[in-house]
Amino acid sequence: MRRIPWTVVVFAALLVVPFVGSRFYTFVATDIVIVSLFAMSLNLLLGYTGLVSFGHAAYFGIGAYTCALLMKSANAPFLPSLLAAGLMAGAFALLFGFFCVRLTRIYFAMLTLALAQIVWAICFKWNDVTGGEQGLPNVPYPEMAWMGSAPVLGNFRVGDHFYLTTLIVVALCFAGLRRIVDSPFGRVLTVIRDNPERAQFIGVNVRAYQLAAFVVAGFFAGISGGLFGIFNRGVFPDFAFWTKSAEPLIMTILGGMGSFWGPAVGAAAFIVLNQQITSFTEYWPLTMGTVLIVLLFVFPGGIVGTLTGIVVRLRARPPPSATSEPVGEAGMVKPNA
Amino acid sequence: MLEVTGVSKTFDGFTAVDRVDFSIARGEIAAVIGPNGAGKSTFFNLITGHLRPDVGRILLKERDITGAPPHRICLMGMGRSFQRTNIFPKLTVFENVQAAFITHRRRGANFWGQSDRLFRAETDALLASLGLADKADALSGALSHGNQKQVELGIALACDPEILLLDEPTAGMSAAETRETIRLLERIAAERSLTLLFTEHDMEVVFSIAQKIAVLHQGRLIAEGTPEAVQQNADVRRVYLGERH
Repeated sequence: MRRIPWTVVVFAALLVVPFVGSRFYTFVATDIVIVSLFAMSLNLLLGYTGLVSFGHAAYFGIGAYTCALLMKSANAPFLPSLLAAGLMAGAFALLFGFFCVRLTRIYFAMLTLALAQIVWAICFKWNDVTGGEQGLPNVPYPEMAWMGSAPVLGNFRVGDHFYLTTLIVVALCFAGLRRIVDSPFGRVLTVIRDNPERAQFIGVNVRAYQLAAFVVAGFFAGISGGLFGIFNRGVFPDFAFWTKSAEPLIMTILGGMGSFWGPAVGAAAFIVLNQQITSFTEYWPLTMGTVLIVLLFVFPGGIVGTLTGIVVRLRARPPPSATSEPVGEAGMVKPNA
Repeated sequence: MLEVTGVSKTFDGFTAVDRVDFSIARGEIAAVIGPNGAGKSTFFNLITGHLRPDVGRILLKERDITGAPPHRICLMGMGRSFQRTNIFPKLTVFENVQAAFITHRRRGANFWGQSDRLFRAETDALLASLGLADKADALSGALSHGNQKQVELGIALACDPEILLLDEPTAGMSAAETRETIRLLERIAAERSLTLLFTEHDMEVVFSIAQKIAVLHQGRLIAEGTPEAVQQNADVRRVYLGERH
């Protein structure tokens, strides 16, 4: 039994969404892809470094405002604006993180939350720059004219073009995250997660590494925020509100923080559920909450953790003559290593 | 190698370590003994930088490390094991030891390389010398207590220490495991010309390998010297050995 290159399969499947689905599918897929990046960036802290941040929306919001302001007010091109979004979010993560990593556990979580609320309050009040409560409407789409004149893509709408652009940007970010997680730096993060006290005594400056992880997570959250502002056609203070910080937390726990792709799976499940339920009932927050509670009980290791557990058990059953390839390679069975 | 001068530590009015002077020469094997609560673990934590002494000075290889953070002291050539087993439970045995190689040789800031490929030969060799080669791919948190202690020793040795502090290296082990561990420690100390400082409850272990013994009682150093001298010491017999025999 050969390993199926799931990453490639899923990427290919996502690429064909605009070809086979309706406008609505493209819309949902864009949402999922962007928010996956948000959740995956948080998991660098949650699953890999063992840091619980309740204020990750701050960097999402900062990225969204930075990108939108540059593209709308300064007419800057898309890619530099998006990169600036990540860098600005990373810079704020460096500033805030400097204080946060001095605290541990619940105090760390509370400080991240407090700082995020400050960011939200500033976005809410600073009318001249952020548009205050009204936000920044009409964020322009990036210049994607080359796609319009390309042979196959020419018939698509601008939303489809943006989806494909987003998909490529996010795929590159995921490749970068994967590389970081598999790097020596990533290994040190898991060491800190497992045992910060011991980590110190193999020569790890724990705070410095936690801060570095915080900055990297902030950077990718900023990229995701920048994309979301364009997708949403507007940026609003709610992007940095604490409820927005809860979303990637829920997605990550739902998908499984013990695996690299867990948060993305959780994001997809979360958004699809949300879409389905809102079309059903006006009591969607209540229904959503109930469904989430049930799912969390049914899948204690998250969706990915539970599924890989089942796969392992199924493969363990046939006698050893059947090709027993180690399943854990993609960091799936064992926790992030 | 290590020189401790007049070090004290007080917690909320309780003096855990009281003006202790202690030194250990390169290549020496020394034990710190004393009844429960004598301040042994606090003393260790002061040396390794986990606690900051209220007064006093600590020199490692003639350099002042008083109040330095643990990671820096570790990088200067001190290794330690902890009283309660202290490993990275969700990583495999191999990854535990490999991580120590990565961090101690300052490769941890590399964002872009492949951690899997680093220090494979070194890790395999160290695991083999500890008798853990067949368990390399096991999740370390799932191992027996004795094996976890060996993994912890592996982590400490991967940092290539010149001086190794072991907090109760045989705690919770069976008699057979204890003997095996002691033999292992003696062999490794000789191979690497390590300086070894350890605390231990088991007097048999202490008197079998220590060349020098320091006795702590209520935070104070009441005796220091060769095993024979300590055994003869009247104070020691009264407060410590006397209680046991």
